[in-house]
Amino acid sequence: MSQTVTLTIDGRQVQAEAGTTLLEAARSVNIQIPHLCSNEELAPYGACRMCMVEIRQGQRTRLVASCIYEVEEGLEVQTVTERVLNVRRLVIELLLARNPTHPTLLKMAADLGIEKTRFEVEVKGCILCGLCVRTCREVVGVSAIGFEGRGTSRRVTTPFNEAPPDCIACGACATVCPVGVIPLKDKAGIRTIWKTDYPLQRCESCGRIIAPVKQLEYFAKITNQPLSHFTEHCVHCR
Amino acid sequence: MQEKIAHIIGKYHHDKGFLVPILQDVQKEFNYLPKEALTTVGALLQVPLSRIYEIATFYRAFSLTPRGKHQMSLCVGTACHVRGAPIIQDGIERVLGVKAGQTTADLEFTFETVNCLGACALGPILVVDGEYQGQMTLSKANKLLKKLGKKVATDEED
Repeated sequence: MSQTVTLTIDGRQVQAEAGTTLLEAARSVNIQIPHLCSNEELAPYGACRMCMVEIRQGQRTRLVASCIYEVEEGLEVQTVTERVLNVRRLVIELLLARNPTHPTLLKMAADLGIEKTRFEVEVKGCILCGLCVRTCREVVGVSAIGFEGRGTSRRVTTPFNEAPPDCIACGACATVCPVGVIPLKDKAGIRTIWKTDYPLQRCESCGRIIAPVKQLEYFAKITNQPLSHFTEHCVHCR
Repeated sequence: MQEKIAHIIGKYHHDKGFLVPILQDVQKEFNYLPKEALTTVGALLQVPLSRIYEIATFYRAFSLTPRGKHQMSLCVGTACHVRGAPIIQDGIERVLGVKAGQTTADLEFTFETVNCLGACALGPILVVDGEYQGQMTLSKANKLLKKLGKKVATDEED
């Protein structure tokens, strides 16, 4: 049986289920905390540090990432303090140094009163939030992509930077990317993703494109159905 | 290769938790981590290749390119630096004809720099095949290279 704890967020009493995070508790009472790497379909990760909040512990306060910090009985949480805003400003400026043009980041920056980064810009595009890698691993279940290296040279890529053997071309990574830096192109019955071409399957009844062949083959495998189950009819003509 | 890797994994009872020690053993066996080896490890342990690639590229101790028969690591940390490590580095790079981090074409030597070995009192330090050689100088380094079979043009020969 799940336990309920009561805590205070920005002076409001909030009930939350034990084991959930501060971010979820805040969302349940419509307190918005900016975040980039959190997604309810994925395990908490704590990479982007945009969701920092201040918690009170005795006489002191401490900064924690609300997307990974679990609710506690009687906890006092402040989501908008000068200290919190300063950290968020720093974080968004560091992210802007990697990607100075994406509207999502610029909007977040503007909300914090930031127009441009104070740091030297080195355009990488990717902000290393890990949503693509984690979606591929946890939701899709194929783990076709991952990180490479560490520190300043860390980046998202396929094993050995080659055509990914496990990729099913579903495009979930490109869809989930908050800054849209994973190229995906559908053209003339071919999907190009991770520098690899994958044929798209057409519906055998109406001829509309359903999905990449490899994705349907994967569906057939995990559901134990014949491939024809997914190719004979599409959602439009079923 | 398959059998050797299967043997290594068997030693760890096919436990994914031992991935790093397994990769260390594989690297010891082949002197580096060949691509096929990583694919085999992934298949046998049922760990996605992307995950193994992630780990193999994260740790500097792993190499995805063949390494030389002899490993030379020169410390270029602060203490070694002020005691002349850059001069030694220049000298070794000239003799071997490779930059730090590279391997000679004949696969005899791999030369790399490290940032501190925690033995600053011995600086500058050159580690040759796992052995710490303290108070290194250019001529001592040349002598070591010679002993390992490298032709070194030294002043005495001129």
